[in-house]
Amino acid sequence: MLVLSGSALAGVLPEDRVDVLYHLYQGDGIEIDGPSILVRKQAGKNISMVGNYYVDMVSSASIDVITTASPYSEERKQWSLGMDYLRGNTTMSVSYTSSAESDFDATTYSFSVSQDMFGDLTTLTLSYALGDDIVGNSNDPTFESENDRQHYGIGVTQILTRNMVASLNFETITDEGFLNNPYRLVRFLDSGSTSGYSYEQELYPHTRTSNALGMRVKYYLPYRAALEGEYRYFTDTWDIESHTASIAYVHPLGPWTFSAKYRYHDQTSAHFYRDLFAGSEATNFRGRDKELSSLTSHTSMLGVSYEFISAANAWGFIKKGTVNASMHQLNINYHDFSDLRSAATIGNEPLYHLDADVIQLFFSFWY
Amino acid sequence: MTTRHCCRLLLPLLLFAGLAGCSGIEPWVKPYERGNLADPIMALDVDPVSSAYVQHVFEGREGARGGEGASGGGCGCN
Repeated sequence: MLVLSGSALAGVLPEDRVDVLYHLYQGDGIEIDGPSILVRKQAGKNISMVGNYYVDMVSSASIDVITTASPYSEERKQWSLGMDYLRGNTTMSVSYTSSAESDFDATTYSFSVSQDMFGDLTTLTLSYALGDDIVGNSNDPTFESENDRQHYGIGVTQILTRNMVASLNFETITDEGFLNNPYRLVRFLDSGSTSGYSYEQELYPHTRTSNALGMRVKYYLPYRAALEGEYRYFTDTWDIESHTASIAYVHPLGPWTFSAKYRYHDQTSAHFYRDLFAGSEATNFRGRDKELSSLTSHTSMLGVSYEFISAANAWGFIKKGTVNASMHQLNINYHDFSDLRSAATIGNEPLYHLDADVIQLFFSFWY
Repeated sequence: MTTRHCCRLLLPLLLFAGLAGCSGIEPWVKPYERGNLADPIMALDVDPVSSAYVQHVFEGREGARGGEGASGGGCGCN
């Protein structure tokens, strides 16, 4: 979960606004919903403060849970505070984020600097974040382990023509510590078991370094609409390599704005991932997290926004207000993760497929 | 792509940033020509709270992360 600090074009602070959002994720036997509230307010001429409060209320009976555990409910709360300081063409941003759930605490400190140049055509942003996570285990109160994360980012936003803007972002993330899930199990061939396999704990490397290069282009169409294309390449020391591409279209019609997006993502698996290991402790590292397996995902999005408060009919100090709704449909095909809920014999299980709906409803006010 | 290859891509980026010190290049889109770019529909991130949430969903369901231009937080979502 993120709090954005700083804007795409330095030299201008982000607008004051309040967003009240309800989010819902349904799929894979999981339901996660909750609010996200963001408040941003300028303090004086040079400073903008931002705060965000976010909650995930989780009810999970996912395939991992059904096959190796029992359904559970969980709640994760996160809050962030940030500040942007503008001086000439330079914006400096700092933020602090803290999240807590019954078995995981995460703290993140981030800092970034944005510089305008070339007559405000170009904005260069350098960012750094430090994360400190504490992993627990609900089944073992004595279990406690740490993760340290560091993010390094460099980004350039460039006005290309009077109708086109582009951005390029490179981000390196390093993790060190307990990087797997303390509840997830791997399965291995076991002739002594009636099903032909048994389970044991995951064992992940203690470090992970990833690099991601993303580019985005947005084009203004002459009849007043926008077309956006995006591509990201990702690779890491776990041997996961992925390509992500998307195309989006935004069409305003009076006070209404309609948007549509299609996103494609394809990734290879981590080198220590197996759907079925040859034996107990067969490899130095082992994991069966489907998110680290080879997969292809397709996401379609439709969104609508209605501006019910505008400059022409302002509500006191509120100069603009919108109500927004969007629906993402996420489909994931796993190329090497079996659906063990089926009654098939070992080696004949069908591959798992995930369908999920992501719904958002939110109000935004500018003042 | 190895880390070295990524760093080779980074060099031109840093060089480009270094050119910022050169005052010889004139902005080719004048301030009075940026009306379309200032249209709210052309913002690279129109609704930060919404896009942050969607990015959180994808990072929880896929193995890739980062490269999308915002700082990240942590969660036990694996």
